[in-house]
Amino acid sequence: MMGRTIVIDPGRCIGCQACVSACRECDSHRGKSMIHLDYLDQGGSVASSPTVCMHCEDPVAPCAQVCPAEAILVTPDGVVHDADKSRCIGCGNCVNACPMGVPKIDLAAKLQFKCNLCYDRTSYGLAPMCATVCPTGSIFYGTLEELRTERPGVEVASTFDFDGSIISTGVAMVVPRGRPVDEPLPGGAGEHARVTGSPQPAGHLEPSADNVLGEPL
Amino acid sequence: MTIPLDPDITPPGTGRFRDAGGLPADRWRAIRGEEKLVATHCCFCGVQCGMYLRVHDGKVFGVEPRDHDINRMRLCPKGLNAYQQVNHPDRLTAPLFRKSRADDLRPVSWEQALDVTAEHIQRIQAEHGRDAFGMLGGASLFTEKTYLVGKFARVALRTRHVDYNGRLCMVSAAGANKLSFGIDRAGNPFADCLLSDCLLIAGSNVGECFPVMTQYLWGARDRGAKLIVVDPRETSIARTADLHVALRPGTDAAFFNAVLHVVVSEGLTDEAFLAEHTTGWDEVRAAAAECPPERAAEICGIPAEQVTQVARMFAAANRAMAWHARGIEHHTQGVENCLTVINLCVATGNLGKPGAGYGTITGQGNGQGGREHGQKSDMLPGGRSISDPVHRMQVADIWGIDVDDLPQAGTSMMEMVHQMRRGEIRGLFGMCNNPFVSLPNYAVVKEGYDKLDFHAQCDFFLSETAANAHLVLPVTSWAEDDGVMANAEARVVRHRKAQEPLPGVRTDTWVLCELARRLGVGDKFDYAGSEQVFEELRIASRGTVNDYYGITYARLDETGGIAWPCPSLDHPGTPRLFEDGRTYHADGKVHMQAVRWHPPADPYDDEFPITLTTGRTVAHFLSGNQTRRLGGLVEQTPRPWVEVHPSHGFSNGDAVTVVTRRGAATFPALVTEAIRPDTVFVPYHWPYPVAANELTIDALDPRSKIPEYKVCACRIEAATAVTPVPAPPMPPGREPYADTQRSRGEPLPPTSSQGRGTSQP
Repeated sequence: MMGRTIVIDPGRCIGCQACVSACRECDSHRGKSMIHLDYLDQGGSVASSPTVCMHCEDPVAPCAQVCPAEAILVTPDGVVHDADKSRCIGCGNCVNACPMGVPKIDLAAKLQFKCNLCYDRTSYGLAPMCATVCPTGSIFYGTLEELRTERPGVEVASTFDFDGSIISTGVAMVVPRGRPVDEPLPGGAGEHARVTGSPQPAGHLEPSADNVLGEPL
Repeated sequence: MTIPLDPDITPPGTGRFRDAGGLPADRWRAIRGEEKLVATHCCFCGVQCGMYLRVHDGKVFGVEPRDHDINRMRLCPKGLNAYQQVNHPDRLTAPLFRKSRADDLRPVSWEQALDVTAEHIQRIQAEHGRDAFGMLGGASLFTEKTYLVGKFARVALRTRHVDYNGRLCMVSAAGANKLSFGIDRAGNPFADCLLSDCLLIAGSNVGECFPVMTQYLWGARDRGAKLIVVDPRETSIARTADLHVALRPGTDAAFFNAVLHVVVSEGLTDEAFLAEHTTGWDEVRAAAAECPPERAAEICGIPAEQVTQVARMFAAANRAMAWHARGIEHHTQGVENCLTVINLCVATGNLGKPGAGYGTITGQGNGQGGREHGQKSDMLPGGRSISDPVHRMQVADIWGIDVDDLPQAGTSMMEMVHQMRRGEIRGLFGMCNNPFVSLPNYAVVKEGYDKLDFHAQCDFFLSETAANAHLVLPVTSWAEDDGVMANAEARVVRHRKAQEPLPGVRTDTWVLCELARRLGVGDKFDYAGSEQVFEELRIASRGTVNDYYGITYARLDETGGIAWPCPSLDHPGTPRLFEDGRTYHADGKVHMQAVRWHPPADPYDDEFPITLTTGRTVAHFLSGNQTRRLGGLVEQTPRPWVEVHPSHGFSNGDAVTVVTRRGAATFPALVTEAIRPDTVFVPYHWPYPVAANELTIDALDPRSKIPEYKVCACRIEAATAVTPVPAPPMPPGREPYADTQRSRGEPLPPTSSQGRGTSQP
C-alpha cells in the first residue's frame, strides 16, 4: 500500500456515480470518466462498487510490464500513470493485461486512458476528485492512520488472488471485520454477473464494452 | 468585478488534504491559470451543498468541490453536472409567443411579450373577475423571488389564486410541524446526526435523493449509532442498515402508532418530559393503544417483532433522531404520518437536544425558504396566515396597501387545475414549475391547462409545460443571479452570481417588476436586484416566527449560512430549536395530536391488486426539466423503468405495462428482490407517454392538500415493446434530438490549463 492512497469501502457505496461525474471534470481527461462503477448483484441487491486504478505494486503493474512502447510510467510514490500520450500507440495490450479491467482505449484517437490518481491534484496535496466528492466516503483518500481515526475498527486488504497469481496493490479495500487480514481477496468478477455503468434498462441501447471510448472504427 | 470568497471556507489544500511539502494553500488555484472560482451552492436538493463554479472569460465552464460546513467538499452527480445548464445550447434566449395553441411559438421582443401579458391579465380580470387569473411559483426560486411571487399575486394581480410546487413536496411536514410545535422547520441541523445514538429514516431514499446527507449517517454509525430505515424498497441505505422495515406503502401511521404502543407498554416513555412539555398525550396514548404490533404487522405486511425491535432500539438510545421525507408525506394522511413520527420523538423525550430531535428533509433546494414568505395560497411573508386579521394588517402596512385590497386565501395547486377545467381560472402565470410532469393524473392536468385563455410560463429550458403555453419568458438560471435559499436545516445560504445572464435572458425579479409597472403598481415593485428585495423581506418577517431580520447578505458572506429565527443583527441564528424546552405555541408546549390510520384513497380489488409507488432516482431532479438535457445525467439514467419483484415472472428489460384507474404506461422491467412482491416502483422524472404521473391519483390530504403520489392501486401486464422516451421540447430553430438516450450537449469548453499532470514524474 502507498502512504496516502485510496481505500474503497463497497459497503458504503450507494451507486450514485458522483465519482463518475467527478472524474469527467478532471483537467487531464476532461469529459471522459476513468471510473468503472459496477453493480455487483443486479436483481438481488442494489450493491455497487467503484473501481479506480489499483496502482499495482508487486510485481510491477501488469499494464506497465506489457507496454511495448514503455509509455506507462510508475513514479516513486507508487502511482501508475496513464500512458504517455507521446509514446502510446493505442495497441490495447494494457487493457488486456490489467486483471482489474481498468484501462480504457480510445479507438479513434488510438490512445490509452486510465485513472492516474488525479496526479494533477495529488501531487499538490489534494485528494483525487472522486474521493473528494464521494458522498458516503466509499472512496477514501488518506493514510491508513487517518482512515482508522475516522472509522474505528476498520480493516483493509490490498492483495488479490487471481487463480494463484497474487497481486498486491497500492489501493486498498475495506474488508468485513474479523476476516484474516493477510488472506488475499478473491480477484475477478466474483460469483455474480456484474452490470457496469447503469443498472437501469437502457431501452434500445446496445451494451458496449465498458473500456472502449468512442465508436469503433 | 471579483467576487469575494467566503472567509469561512477552507480552501482546498488545507485541513485533511494538506500536502506534506508545505506548499501554499492557494498553489492549486495558481496552477489553474486564468480562471476564477465563485463560491456558491448547488441549485438542486434541500441539502444545499456548497460548490465553486469555475469561470473563465465570463463563462461558467466547470465545478470544483468546496469545503463548506454542510457538505465538506462532497457532491452528488446532479451537483457535479449542474453547471452544464448555464451555457447549454438549449437555453431559451428570446420570449416566445403564439396567439393560439394551433400556431407555433415564435420569438418576440421583451417589450411585446410583457405588453401582451399585461393586456391579457387586464382583459381576463375585467371580464371574469380578479380571481380568474392565477399564479404558480416554485420552490427552486431564490427566497427573494418567492417573496416577490406572493407579493406580485396579491398586490399587482390582487388574486386569491397563488400557490407553488412545494405543495407537492413539503406541505405535509409543514402542517405537522405547525400543529405540533407552532414552527415549520426541522428541529435539528444535519450535524446533530453525528451526536446521535440512533437514527430513524422514514420514507426517504437518502442515498439517491440526498446523497450528501449519507456522510452524516456514516459519521454517526462510525461512532456506533444504530440506523433504522423504514421504506418499502431496500434502498442503498437500507441495504446496510441495522434494521430495515419494508412495510407496504400507505401504512406508515399504523406502523408508528404500533411502535409507540410498544414504547408505552414497555415503559420506555419519558414521563417527566411529557408531563412538563406537552399537551394531548393522553389522546395520543389512547390512539396508540388501539394499534398493537400484531395489528400493524397485518396492515403493514411485516413481521410483528420488527415493530418491537424498532421501538426498543429507538427508545433505548440515549439520544435518537428521526428524519422523514416524501415517502411518508405524499399521502392522503401525509400530515398525520408526520405527526406519528413527531409523537414518537416527543414521547421518548428526544427533542431540542444535541443529537436528539426530528427533521424533515426538504426535496427542493428552497423547499424550506420557498414556503416561508408568501408563495403559498394561505400564507403571507414571515409565515403569517392570510386569514388572520392582525397578520393581514401588518403585511398591508409593510406593502403600503389597503388591507381590504389584500385577497383572501386561495386554493392549492391541484385544486387550481380543477378550477381551470371548470373555467373558473382562465389565465395563468407560471414560474419555475413543470406541472405537466410533476402533478398527478396527467390527463386531468393537460385538460385544465388546455382550457386556459392565456398561459405564460417563465423558465430557462423549454419545459413540457412551457411548450404548451401561449407565452414563454426566458429567465436566468441559478448561476446568473444573486439570492438566498434555506436548506433542510433552515440554514439560509448565499448563492452568488457567477456570470452575466445570457443575451436576451432576464431575471425573474426584472420580469415581475416590469409587469407590475404595466399593471400600474410599479412604485411597489421598484427593485434594483435581489439584495434590495431581501432587505424588504427581512423587515417583512421581523417579529414573526420565521424571523429573518438579523440576516443580511454581508453576514451570510461572513458566516457561510445562518439558521432562522435570527431576530437581530448580533444574533447567531438558531441551528437547533427548543433548547430551552419551549415550542413556538403560546403555552410553549408541544401540542401532540392523536392519529388513527386509514387506508389510502385508491382501493385495491381483483382488477388492481398491486401497489404502485413513485419516487426519484439519483441522476434526475423532480420534473427533470433541469436534468434531462445534461449529457452525463442522461447517460447515467436515460429512461424510466418499472421495478418489479421476481415473483411476477418477468425478466430484466421485458416490456411491462402498468395499468391504473387513470391510465397505462409501458416501461422496461428492472427485476429485483429489493422491492416487496406486492409493490412496483416507477421513477417520475419523465413526461407523457412515459410518465409515472399519468398513473398516479390526484386524491389530496384534507389538511395539506398534498397529492397521494406514493400509493395507488395498479396491475401489471406483459407488453410487446417499451415506449421510447420523447425528446425534450426545443425552442424554434433548434433541431430536436434524434436520439433521446445518448449523451448530449456541446463538447466541454477547453480548460485554461490543459493536460497537466499526465505522465510527468
